Amino acid sequence: MSNNLIVLPLLIPLLTGIVLIFINRHRKLVRWVSGVSSIINIFIAASVVQNVRLDGVQILNMSGWEAPFGITFTADMFATLLVLTTALIGAACIFYSFYTIEEQRERHYYYALVQFLLVGVIGSFLTGDIFNLFVCFEVMLVASYGLIVIGGEKRQLRESLKYVLINVLSSTLFVTAIAYLYGSVGTLNMAHLSQRVAEVSQGGILTVIAILLLIVFALKAGLILYFWLPGSYQVPPAAIVALFGGLLTKVGVYAIVRTFTLIFYHDPGITHTMIAWMSGLTMVFGAIGALAYRDVNRILIFNIVISIGFLGFGLSTATEAGQSGVIYYLLHDMIAKTLIFMLAGLLIKAAGTEDTRQMSGWIRRHPALGWMFFVTALAIIGVPPLSGFVGKLLIVEGGLAAEQYLLTGIGLASSLFVILSLVRIFMNAFWGEEQEIHESAVQPSKKALVPGAALLILLVFIGLGAELLHPYIDQAGDVLLNPQLYIDAVLKE
Amino acid sequence: MRGNDVIVRTGSKWLSFIIIMFSFFIFMSGHNNPGGGFIGGLMAAGALVLVAVAFGTKVLYRLLPLNYRLVTAAGLLIAVLTGVGSFIFDVPFLTHTFGIYHLPILGETELATATLFDLGVYLTVVGVTMTIILTIGEDV
Repeated sequence: MSNNLIVLPLLIPLLTGIVLIFINRHRKLVRWVSGVSSIINIFIAASVVQNVRLDGVQILNMSGWEAPFGITFTADMFATLLVLTTALIGAACIFYSFYTIEEQRERHYYYALVQFLLVGVIGSFLTGDIFNLFVCFEVMLVASYGLIVIGGEKRQLRESLKYVLINVLSSTLFVTAIAYLYGSVGTLNMAHLSQRVAEVSQGGILTVIAILLLIVFALKAGLILYFWLPGSYQVPPAAIVALFGGLLTKVGVYAIVRTFTLIFYHDPGITHTMIAWMSGLTMVFGAIGALAYRDVNRILIFNIVISIGFLGFGLSTATEAGQSGVIYYLLHDMIAKTLIFMLAGLLIKAAGTEDTRQMSGWIRRHPALGWMFFVTALAIIGVPPLSGFVGKLLIVEGGLAAEQYLLTGIGLASSLFVILSLVRIFMNAFWGEEQEIHESAVQPSKKALVPGAALLILLVFIGLGAELLHPYIDQAGDVLLNPQLYIDAVLKE
Repeated sequence: MRGNDVIVRTGSKWLSFIIIMFSFFIFMSGHNNPGGGFIGGLMAAGALVLVAVAFGTKVLYRLLPLNYRLVTAAGLLIAVLTGVGSFIFDVPFLTHTFGIYHLPILGETELATATLFDLGVYLTVVGVTMTIILTIGEDV
């Protein structure tokens, strides 16, 4: 029997994307196909999660070649939970696009590009081979280049040029790092890599390679090297930014977590301390950015940066609480960031401006949008019954257990700045006197709130149902803490 | 305005056929010799570009009325479907197989499903290259 189910979450968007190229002219059909396939993919991802829950880490050796020689898809709980989250976010963004993306963009293969982006993201989560990880990164990035430039506005062209340049550079570094790694240990399979690195006990050269990989993934994730992020994420339309904000940087975080819990965990004195301080600085700079701007989008973009810093800090503690906190917070943050960008997109469209100083009194015209924004903001801050709380609590607990008091303090303080920045948007935009409608304002369709509402229910569920989710998170954390589980699953079948 | 390019046109008439044949040869020999779908596809695209340069894109479209974006998609579809075939036989994704068959004319021949995957690569490369070149060429 073969485990082909594991590859399905990747295969469905891939086939859908290809089919969408053929039927590109029939707009209605394109929407139907992409919508239906995204929903099917949620169910398949959920069934993979359930399989992993029941039977432990699942692997699929492509073409039937045994582990270190072929490409292995490894579905452990951490990866599959992220795949499920990706499928959910993908579906929400696709349905949101139906109401917000202009016909002009749709005609230029918009939905096909979204599907290929999902292929890249899901592939990155599932793969167990470091070169295949690079390939999946590229699939994701090439699709994101397309999405960021589609529409061809002047500022899109300018920012996509920067985005492409920085990512070409970081991809080159990634290949170089893989070449060094292959040169020194002679394998590309992650489980086998982990074994070989353990055998030679991570000497100087391997730590250097680890740091090179850290720089590469930090560039992708926006961990301190986030300078490309504010500009690039500001130019595409809301549906695309929601997709980017929910997925792209988080794939970088996933790669950091995977690399530093599976392969390079032998010399935490150097690498983990480095991650800790990079995360601390990221949180500080993110907080400064979130307070400095008055544009809705910029504030939210710097909130992404803060949460990346927070995740990095959770990883660097290398404690049990810290790891499950990272998993919890990552799942919550992917959904919450997608949701808040969706809502902000509707707000900006309705107000006709991005400047919070020119918005006022929108609660009376759009009460549903206003209260959804409010609840989402509370969830991001981490108010107890909602989803952000458990993850934050666990990461702080991990930080205290690892005696990182200063960084824990920064982490807690960054929450305050998140509150301040989000509440500032809410108070400026929704409270106050009702203002005249800006001339460039477009009344958004009420239906566009539906996918947002679905994500919001999910966020509330993650918070309230923490007890239900706990065994899943625990199982995911187990593999991160005991890489041997992963190695055994891949290499001894 | 076109100058007197009779030599280029006569030459490319012969050359493009030779290049296409050679690209097919390279494509078929990829399993046991250097070559394969990628280089074969590039070479076929080279032959088509030669036609486009010598005779203009209109003639190329009249000779081969293809939408190259669909050629790309067809190539991708073929490549993915050879992988999906493994679902039917309940073997791991992308498992390929081969068999030795007795064909008329050719005699004993080894037929491998990997060739179908390669055909997908071939079509994708032709499609992508021609889309890039024709899109840029027609904009001017």
